[in-house]
Amino acid sequence: MNAAMILFRRELRSYFATPVAYVFIVIFLLLAGSFTFFLGGFYERGQADLSPFFSFHPWLYLFLVPALSMRLWAEERKSGSVELLMTLPVTLLQAVLGKFLAAWAFTGIALALTFPMWLSVNYLGDPDNGAILAAYLGSLLMAGAFLAIGACISATTRNQVVAFILTVVVCFGFLLSGFPLVLELFRDWAPQLLVDTIASFSFLTHFSSISKGVIDLRDVLYFTAVIAVWLAANVVVLDLKKAE
Amino acid sequence: MIETQSVSKRFGSLLAVDQLSFSVNPGEVLGFLGPNGAGKSTTMKMITGFIAPSEGRILVYGHDVENDPIQCKRQIGYLPEGAPSYGEMNPLAFLEFIADLRGLQGARRRQRLDYVIDRLALGSVLKQNIDTLSKGFKRRVGLAQAVLHDPRVLILDEPTDGLDPNQKHEVRDLIRDMSSDKIIIISTHILEEVEAVCNRAMIISQGKLLADDTPANLAAQSPGHNTVHLVMRDSSQAAELATALEQLDPPAKVQRLDDGLSLKAIPHAGRQILPQLQQLLVDKGWVPSQLYVERGKLDDVFRSVTTGARP
Repeated sequence: MNAAMILFRRELRSYFATPVAYVFIVIFLLLAGSFTFFLGGFYERGQADLSPFFSFHPWLYLFLVPALSMRLWAEERKSGSVELLMTLPVTLLQAVLGKFLAAWAFTGIALALTFPMWLSVNYLGDPDNGAILAAYLGSLLMAGAFLAIGACISATTRNQVVAFILTVVVCFGFLLSGFPLVLELFRDWAPQLLVDTIASFSFLTHFSSISKGVIDLRDVLYFTAVIAVWLAANVVVLDLKKAE
Repeated sequence: MIETQSVSKRFGSLLAVDQLSFSVNPGEVLGFLGPNGAGKSTTMKMITGFIAPSEGRILVYGHDVENDPIQCKRQIGYLPEGAPSYGEMNPLAFLEFIADLRGLQGARRRQRLDYVIDRLALGSVLKQNIDTLSKGFKRRVGLAQAVLHDPRVLILDEPTDGLDPNQKHEVRDLIRDMSSDKIIIISTHILEEVEAVCNRAMIISQGKLLADDTPANLAAQSPGHNTVHLVMRDSSQAAELATALEQLDPPAKVQRLDDGLSLKAIPHAGRQILPQLQQLLVDKGWVPSQLYVERGKLDDVFRSVTTGARP
């Protein structure tokens, strides 16, 4: 069996060996539910779709995913187990992938447990289930992007709180990069090309069409590229910082 | 064989390891000795591929640690300082995880797992979280992990730290049992441990190699080596004996204690004094009430070598 798979299994199991998994899942489900019904006006809209549910996912992930990713490497560095891991016959890439995929699978489990939402909307009306499935996949993809950012930042520090805060800030920047709050920082001095590029990095923009059930290849590629770039950065950061 | 070729490691402005060159062959149990911060752990981390040397290179059975890390890591079992592991796992799950990563399969996997669990007496805690185990058990879990795949090279950073005397004894037995065909490198502060298990000792201070010999030869460099302590039955005999010893060729240095009966005969460096002393006693027909020969203490050599190195 590939080393990345062995690490994946160990990591995923360790989530359920600690309260982390249960706390995360319960909070995620509670927040996802209450946002949909109270803020999203699920009933009041009178439409059989899940867009009030999905539209809050970026904001849920903004705080919950860093809470999950903060420990990925910071904890290994703090406890010293990174020294054990990195002296086993495992490559850096395998280690990074194993951990990332486990965290991603875990968010997938949390996301799958929102299925009562899907049951409700099917009970109440006649939704487009293809669009809902597409939105689920898009949401999972976006969670992966958040996680990849968080995993990389977690490798830069031994302190989980620092990892959490930095990840929230960076993810917030990515979420809102298409909005004036972020763009105004650059508009005065940066060339238009750079401003446009930054604007095109927005998670919200890329997620908005997916959340309505429209899978555009460009959005999928965008999130995949974000994941790949941050995981590559994770490998580099880990190599530089593992022994500190 | 492990070979380090002028290996140096710099952390910022600190030179942690300075041009270290040595090689270790199968069957050797090498003890790294040195004060805290001497570069022992850093050297071990470089051999195991956890950190890269700033200069020089390290070969493990011909494989370069930097260019071919996976091949090297396969041959090495490593107990890092403090025996880190995954606290939320139990020893059985942890060892199974290591066995998978080490590529152990089928009957051999089961046999090696049974062996290390039995050998390190982990049977009673297999299902308990590692976090909740005592320091001694944690250390043994770390050791079990290191020897699980029966590696050709074993690198143990302070393997008996935190163990009680019985457990120390067990671990030393384990190291001795495995030593015949393996390369074993251990670091320790406990000098008696070096004498108990190592057949070679290196003293490192400030990243430099200061001494490299068998523990016995190192101990023999101690100033007190072969000094004879004796207590005579009356003070006139003691005085006469002291004079006789000082007239030997080469003369021995004699120290008399205040009670008038006890004396210490310190031989010329590298010589013995006992044979001449015995001859004198026989000739005079004196029978001392106590007599013992001091063995060199590794402690003394360690102290003189490591403090002498300081500028």
